[in-house]
Amino acid sequence: MSAQLPDYALVLAGILFGMGLLGVLMRRNIIYILISVEVMLNAAGLAFIAAGSRLAQADGQVMFIFILTLAAAEASVGLALIIQFYRAYRTLDSDAAKDMRG
Amino acid sequence: MVVPFFVAATIAVIATLFAITRTNAVHSLLNLIVAILSLAVIFYTLGAPFAAALEVIVYAGAIVVLLLFVVMMLNLGRQAVAEERTLLTTRVWILPALLAAALLVELVVLLSARAPAARNSIVGPTEVGVALFGPYLVAVEIASFLLIAGIVGAFHLGRRLRPGSQGGQAGAPGAAVGGTPAGGVARERRQAAAGVLLGEDHPGGAE
Repeated sequence: MSAQLPDYALVLAGILFGMGLLGVLMRRNIIYILISVEVMLNAAGLAFIAAGSRLAQADGQVMFIFILTLAAAEASVGLALIIQFYRAYRTLDSDAAKDMRG
Repeated sequence: MVVPFFVAATIAVIATLFAITRTNAVHSLLNLIVAILSLAVIFYTLGAPFAAALEVIVYAGAIVVLLLFVVMMLNLGRQAVAEERTLLTTRVWILPALLAAALLVELVVLLSARAPAARNSIVGPTEVGVALFGPYLVAVEIASFLLIAGIVGAFHLGRRLRPGSQGGQAGAPGAAVGGTPAGGVARERRQAAAGVLLGEDHPGGAE
């Protein structure tokens, strides 16, 4: 019974990834879009952990650490962009930036 | 290990649902923290205690707190909550919900098609460390490049941009007077940082 846990974990990773994708698609506030991206990255990490657990290898956790690094870098740059966005448009609605200037 | 897994999985799904549907960003982030903690429990039940610890420390402790600080810094009030509520109508979310649900059904069908038995053993921090600094050493170095790029990018993007007209107005008369050299140098630095045209005021302000 315990051997099937990675399979359920993969399904859970799919559910969480789908919810993150839903959040990215349906929210217009860029803070929520960033939160949803974090959820999706978390789900990807869960999929790696499940695969590593199933194969009894350390590679899954190594990949999870890389995903964690990526999420940290992405969050810092994304938050800096959000702050600049808010300073420029005085709103967090991503539709405010739909027109290009150039 | 089966019951904790399913309890944590239920909590993760519910908390993530709340995290992506709340209209107050702080509530949303707190729900996200709950989801991350339950994911850490799931990692533990899957035999990855090191990843569980990292999930709590780095995700819940650093990344989400960073998001929380930015939300507090932007100082969104009730007006932002009300505005968000008007944006989130059924017409907006029903189509992405259907798309994501279709993708999810496909994924579940694909994953449940094959189910060979496998062993579930604990992979401790020692093995992860050996793998990380053995075959994955180059990837670790590349990850450090990524972090440096993230730091520099966040610093560059997060600096306060001044409008060019305001900087030009403040700089031109001050440089012509040239009373205090220290003030002139500071003003020049500010002008250079703002990317304003320095022009012929530049030597006058310095001397």
